[in-house]
Amino acid sequence: MERWKDGRMECERREFLAITAGVFLSVVPSFHRSVAQQDSLAGSGPAGRVADPASAGRPMTALTAADIDAGYQAIEKKLKCTCGCGLDIYTCRTTDFNCTYSPNLHRQVVALAEQGKTAQEIIDAFVAQYGQQALMAPPKRGFNLAGYFVPSLVVLVAAGFLIRALHRWTRAAAAQAAVAAPAPTGSLDASPAELERLRRELERHPG
Amino acid sequence: MTLLGNLALWLAFLMGLWGAVTGFAGGLQGRTDLQRSARQAVFAMFAALVVAVICLEVAIFQHDFNVAYVAGRTSRNLPTFYLWSALYSGQEGSLLFWATVLSLFATLAQVLTSARHRAYLPFVAAVTCVVAAFFISVMLFAPANPFARLPYTPVDGAGMNPQLQNPGMVFHPPMLYLGYISITIPFAFAIAALMSKKLDVDWLVAIRKWTLLSWLFLSIGLLIGMWWAYVELGWGGYWAWDPVENVALLPWLTMTAFLHSVMIQEKRGMLKKWNLALILSSWLLSIFGTFITRSGVIASVHSFTQSNVGYFFLGFLLLAVPATFVLYAKRLPLLEAESTLESMVSREASFLFNNLLFLGIAFSVLWGTMFPILSEWVKGTKVTVGPPFFNQVNIPLGLALLALTGIGPLIAWRRASIPNLRRQFAVPATSGVFVLLILLVAGMRDFGALMAIALGGFVMGTVTQEFARGTSARHRQYGEPLALAALRLVGRNRRRYGGYIVHTGMVLLFVAFAGMAFKTETQATLRPGESVTLRSPYGHVYTFTHVSVSQYDALNRRVTAALVEVSRDGKHMGRLKTEKRQHVDALGRNTFEPSTEVGIRSGLREDLYVVLGGLVNGTEQAVYRFTINPLVWWVWAGGYVLVFGGLIVLWPGGGPPAVRRTQAGYAVKLEAK
Repeated sequence: MERWKDGRMECERREFLAITAGVFLSVVPSFHRSVAQQDSLAGSGPAGRVADPASAGRPMTALTAADIDAGYQAIEKKLKCTCGCGLDIYTCRTTDFNCTYSPNLHRQVVALAEQGKTAQEIIDAFVAQYGQQALMAPPKRGFNLAGYFVPSLVVLVAAGFLIRALHRWTRAAAAQAAVAAPAPTGSLDASPAELERLRRELERHPG
Repeated sequence: MTLLGNLALWLAFLMGLWGAVTGFAGGLQGRTDLQRSARQAVFAMFAALVVAVICLEVAIFQHDFNVAYVAGRTSRNLPTFYLWSALYSGQEGSLLFWATVLSLFATLAQVLTSARHRAYLPFVAAVTCVVAAFFISVMLFAPANPFARLPYTPVDGAGMNPQLQNPGMVFHPPMLYLGYISITIPFAFAIAALMSKKLDVDWLVAIRKWTLLSWLFLSIGLLIGMWWAYVELGWGGYWAWDPVENVALLPWLTMTAFLHSVMIQEKRGMLKKWNLALILSSWLLSIFGTFITRSGVIASVHSFTQSNVGYFFLGFLLLAVPATFVLYAKRLPLLEAESTLESMVSREASFLFNNLLFLGIAFSVLWGTMFPILSEWVKGTKVTVGPPFFNQVNIPLGLALLALTGIGPLIAWRRASIPNLRRQFAVPATSGVFVLLILLVAGMRDFGALMAIALGGFVMGTVTQEFARGTSARHRQYGEPLALAALRLVGRNRRRYGGYIVHTGMVLLFVAFAGMAFKTETQATLRPGESVTLRSPYGHVYTFTHVSVSQYDALNRRVTAALVEVSRDGKHMGRLKTEKRQHVDALGRNTFEPSTEVGIRSGLREDLYVVLGGLVNGTEQAVYRFTINPLVWWVWAGGYVLVFGGLIVLWPGGGPPAVRRTQAGYAVKLEAK
């Protein structure tokens, strides 16, 4: 049978579907194989070495009890990492794994704790060494009190002014209404009962 | 291409100057020839800047590494998706993007503004030309020219920072920029109103859509920024009170205050001075934010490299602030209110307190952001103002604002009577107390979270009541089916009910923020097959089992992927993958430090958030951080709802404000009887 016509191959619909299915069935397993090959590790058993350790970031050591101690974490969350990330020591060392500062600062916290220092003494030691900027929030004393209380004070003073202004405006409006209020003229073609009903309806649908 | 780009920049700069001069002169002297010339200068400036953008994009896509900007931001193997975003991923390109979008908005303002507001347009052209010319001047005269060439041509570029190679970073900066930039149009109309002394409600009508658009872009930009921080940075949160985040929030706060207080001016002719001040300060804050981001004056992980650009912005601010203030002060006598407030218990008063809180939060954020500089100036002591400070100061203000979100819509305009208040508050207050009791019975004891969720219940009570009453009123009056009545209720009064949908979005956001109070996490070093467990705030026990580590090459990076199997209370839930990525250039050289890709399984109740810290001595033994973040899904859901509500408000139609002002006046007459 002549299959080629005008540069195109002719075939039955059944043949076309069979060929398509064949191609599909041969591609799918090979695709799966290629994905599986991608994920495989050359020559590695359980906890074996990976092919390219250098691309997996800074080599780490297994976590110790001190690394996951909740008490140390609480202290580290109050102290700022000095790498410039703006995060606290705990968050930095568990987020930016390239940072070389936060692991050292963590070790410093652990060392101070092992010397028997309390949490506050550890924090004080950091402030003594790095200054007040070692803290995630300034201590509440001296000029720093302005930092904490000025916003609240400003809001309270502004609220005071606003309430006073509201009083003044409402008094002025009341006085104006008293002077200008004419007696009901009945300009609206509605009875008092109808007006009362309308008022109630308006109150039900404010805004 | 760089020659053409430079020429286009110079042409745009000259057109900007010309537009500024002819716009102001034409507006003040009433000369139509100058006014026409200013309008055409805006169009010409836009065309020139589009040519400059095309030149830079061509250089980026052709990998012309002789152009310093292209060599510093891209590489041959950078995915095409990120080649587009390279336009605004650096200082110089983002300035060009800014100026171009501003000139686009300036053009749209000239073309789309209705004939009724044509009197403002020469001044609008002048102001937008001044601002655009300033941005172009930064490119031309500060060392920020995107077309600057290197004395040599590198074989490949340095590539894009891995953290910017995230879809969130493709959309976050332009959205935020669109918000920042579009504020210039309301600002320009405000200046036009001040200069032309046409200070009635007309200029507000002209800018209504622009302010909403700007607010919407800022909201979307902030939300995408939060999403990017969450999925990309790996610290497990979405808002860190970083200075750059803070300054982006400032104009959003003042714009939101304006969108509330402007209703009082439209309905009652009050607060003219206040509304003008809010628009002017929103724009000044957007420029201030740009100064903070680009000057390096405050350390931030998000800021651009420290450069002389900051001095340009500082100089511009030092000129713009007094000029704006003097013009505003001169026109104060023309801004007297048309009526006065009649009662302390009224919608107007509640809006004023709402404005007080928005401005209070804006002030506290600004104060906290600037306090390290202030402390160094006054005491010579460097301090850090981090999340503990901002949370302490802003949580009470935020809760008060949430309460007002529920209170405001319940109080009538002008004056509310006691029976009215009783009737209005019954359902919302009951729903708030009901939610509070449920939480207390469930054992929740965190005060901030309790209040946020209970107040959320109160606000939802308000919103539901408003929808229910409006729908049933339509159902009774027109005999419409309830679903149709609800749809038409929103369609006929988009501003009001779109606003309530925005409030619903805010409630979802607050509830989601409260969820972070119950975040739990642990770290573990695991060999393949080993597991660690973590209890969620809902009492479920999650087991994370380390499966394997695999390595493979992708387009522009070497990937180390760790696979973790997750089960909840013994029931298998699926697998999570977290990665380390070492980005490389086309020659296979490392371009940046390895970055981390977080594995996230997001659910309605909580997110599982797994971070691969690294490998122990190059083996498959991996160091992980496992975090359970409650209710994070609701942040994004709340964001969608907020944006949806904003779009409804923005959608054309729904009745002009003037109609409602007349209706309010009719109601007043009845009250007076």
